[in-house]
Amino acid sequence: MNINYYASPSTFYPLAGKLIPWFAGLALILATLGLYISFFVAPTDFQQGEGYRIIFIHVPAAWMSMFIYVVMAFWSAMGLAWNTRLSFLMARALAPTGAMFTFVALWTGAFWGKPMWGAWWVWDARLTSELILFFLYVGVMALQAAIDDPRRSDRAGALLNLVGVVNVPIIYFSVKWWNTLHQGSSVSLTRAPSMAHIMLWGMLVMALAAWMYAIAVALARARSLILERERQTEWARAQLEEKP
Amino acid sequence: MIWESWDAFWKMGGYGLYVWGSFGMTLLCVVGEIWLLRRHRQQALLTLKRMKAWASTLESETQ
Repeated sequence: MNINYYASPSTFYPLAGKLIPWFAGLALILATLGLYISFFVAPTDFQQGEGYRIIFIHVPAAWMSMFIYVVMAFWSAMGLAWNTRLSFLMARALAPTGAMFTFVALWTGAFWGKPMWGAWWVWDARLTSELILFFLYVGVMALQAAIDDPRRSDRAGALLNLVGVVNVPIIYFSVKWWNTLHQGSSVSLTRAPSMAHIMLWGMLVMALAAWMYAIAVALARARSLILERERQTEWARAQLEEKP
Repeated sequence: MIWESWDAFWKMGGYGLYVWGSFGMTLLCVVGEIWLLRRHRQQALLTLKRMKAWASTLESETQ
């Protein structure tokens, strides 16, 4: 298998077009199932009543916010190392979705913090580092938008992504390293989860739905970016014939 | 069904504002992102169309 074959935008474009409906369909099915568990199967929490149901959005969104950043940094590193155009485009396609999930994690956190802690926001290590993650996403998008030359824009953004990845372990371990108002993780690889099984399942299904959504959306954005980049080529003009 | 009524469902045991504020904003973000994505694609296609038309006029003028 020749990796360069798939790395070429003109091969990737139709392949992504075929994959998007599958990921989007899976996202829809999983989100429906996840929401059903969240609201109709998972029981009331003995401490937080119905207010805890925010967890089914909050935790998957927070996971995605960090994971997308790592994937974005990975594509940035690949782009810088091999100078492959598609790697840079993938990194670029992920940034808005990562920013969206970070915003959702912060927003739902505020709406959870208010009834449980009595404050929409506190300058706690977990919350602050997640806010910095949001600024990193917005920062890289603004930086890339400010540089006209696409190659330079790609490289500058990729460099910032690599520097910013240092923030991800800080977010993850913040609840261990500092005394935070934010609770520690309820789910870890090394011990049994400290929550009811059905709640855990609801969260995992919602996380999977978020995964499928993120892949579908990133592929769709990458396709538009390719059309913009390749607009001078015969290949791109040929794409006008097949409309969808 | 774990809810006694639809009214109880919407009230969420007094946490209605927080639960629906969270899920509602998430829905808004997802719908908004998909809308922006569509617009992005349409604009990319429009630019391509304009450039193609422009290239063919150039060709016919030089002939």
